[in-house]
Amino acid sequence: MTAVDRPGRRRSRRTLPGFTPTLGFTLFYLGLIVLIPLAGVFFKASGLGFAGIGQVIGSERVLAALRLSFGAAAIAALLNAVFGSIVAWVFVRYEFPGKRLFDAFIDLPFALPTAVAGIALTALYSENGWIGSVLAHAGLKVAYTPLGIVVAMTFIGLPFVVRTVEPVLREVERDLEEAAATLGARRWQTVLRVIAPAVFPALVTGFALAFARAVGEYGSVIFIAGNFPLVSEIAPLLIIIKLEEFDYPGATAVAATMLVLSFLLLLTINLLQAWTRKK
Amino acid sequence: MSLDTAPDSPVRLPFEPLQKTNSVINEPPLVRGLLIGAALAFLSLFLLLPLLSVFVEALRKGLGAYFAAFGDPETLEAIKLTVIAALIAVPLNLVFGLSAAWAITKFEFRGKQFLITLIDLPFSVSPVVAGLVFVLIFGAQGWAQPWFGENVGRVLFSTPGIVLATVFVTFPFIARELIPLMQEQGTEDEQAALSLGATGWQTFTRVTLPNIKWALLYGVLLCNARAMGEFGAVSVVSGHIRGLTNTLPLHIEILYNEYQFVSAFAVASLLALLAMVTLALKSFLEWRYADQLAATRRH
Repeated sequence: MTAVDRPGRRRSRRTLPGFTPTLGFTLFYLGLIVLIPLAGVFFKASGLGFAGIGQVIGSERVLAALRLSFGAAAIAALLNAVFGSIVAWVFVRYEFPGKRLFDAFIDLPFALPTAVAGIALTALYSENGWIGSVLAHAGLKVAYTPLGIVVAMTFIGLPFVVRTVEPVLREVERDLEEAAATLGARRWQTVLRVIAPAVFPALVTGFALAFARAVGEYGSVIFIAGNFPLVSEIAPLLIIIKLEEFDYPGATAVAATMLVLSFLLLLTINLLQAWTRKK
Repeated sequence: MSLDTAPDSPVRLPFEPLQKTNSVINEPPLVRGLLIGAALAFLSLFLLLPLLSVFVEALRKGLGAYFAAFGDPETLEAIKLTVIAALIAVPLNLVFGLSAAWAITKFEFRGKQFLITLIDLPFSVSPVVAGLVFVLIFGAQGWAQPWFGENVGRVLFSTPGIVLATVFVTFPFIARELIPLMQEQGTEDEQAALSLGATGWQTFTRVTLPNIKWALLYGVLLCNARAMGEFGAVSVVSGHIRGLTNTLPLHIEILYNEYQFVSAFAVASLLALLAMVTLALKSFLEWRYADQLAATRRH
């Protein structure tokens, strides 16, 4: 029955008008705005050759910046994975006053311009800011140090983990938890052995998204970072510095390296995720 | 118990309902309290306090100083440029989003999934790299600059470059909101309209558009918020010419770096207000029209 139906249905689908113009415009616009410009980066980088790129990337300052960008982004994404899971758990499972308001605010980092977030975080965490002054008493300096970069990256990646874990957590069957309990599992065992495995792939996706966003982040980071070469200078800022010095090949080499590294990392995480799903 | 009890009247059980009190599938009150406390502390520390501090810093020297910031002609120019960039970028990406969603969801063709991945590409590119891309094309050594410089005019360090960078970073927003929803809706409604004699355009405006209007608004809202707030990409292509190529976020940076903190935060509070309006509208749409938005609406 279905085998007979299918060809007919497919033909009738084609009767909708507008396939050629809409697909044509889509491909044209995609090519013009995204693909051709992005291909330009790799074209320019390939002109340098591996030796040329290696020379730029091998310099101490570039290496330090790349290490800092990827390292701080990893720490921030990890922080978000931990606290994002707690936030998602609390919002799915518990009722408390102000829940709806807090829920709306979780998406603030998507809506608030990064420059605004940057100066606000700097004001908060500098030595005479509300949080910074408290931390200063404890001997902890956040603004204008790598720690400040982690703070800004945590802010920018916050919604990703919460919003990917939340729907999956909502789907977890409470029957399974009851079953685990009747079989003698303690509550923490149920959480660890029944709930955690179900949520884990979503958590990895959220981590990857937060990480990718943080690696490329510029606006919210540069205000709080202090931007000292070798210490708190992120890779995107180095691209801008190189551009301002008209060192286009250098800027392109750093940009191409960042693009390739993030693609590779995302690919690894995707493969890892496919593997956990299969298990 | 009689069978004719209304289904929504509370059923009296001879024992306490399992879901509410059973400690076996719930956490003890102390753990609950700690978790809620940790979550709210984290959100307050990273979200509420920064937002609040924008307004506190802006009003630090009183209302007079606050409103003085908006009398500055450079601020007004920055507002104008930001609005112009968003007014061009959002409609362009709106047309693209509609056309991409129509082609992808109403027809079957090879490589569809790959096309969707390509559309998402700008999300995974650093804004600074997005800006760099256009410097490589239109910069002093760029390959398109000789021709453009003679025939069209300046692109980099002027409004067209800013618009291009904004279009790039906000590229996927509307398409991404529409595609999953229209995929779910299928083509039956459109087929019916066509079989009743509607033209293709009538089908689109009278059948498809009403079906997707809330999702469309949702996408436009997020696209606009990003377009008006974009910093990294625009910063690379703008050249920071005061009163000419400064958008609001760039203007904030300049004021801040000149230690004009009250003015910087006053301008920032304008964008923070925009963000709050965006969030409020977004929450309202999610609450009221949840079923008419895409199932996977987060990114």
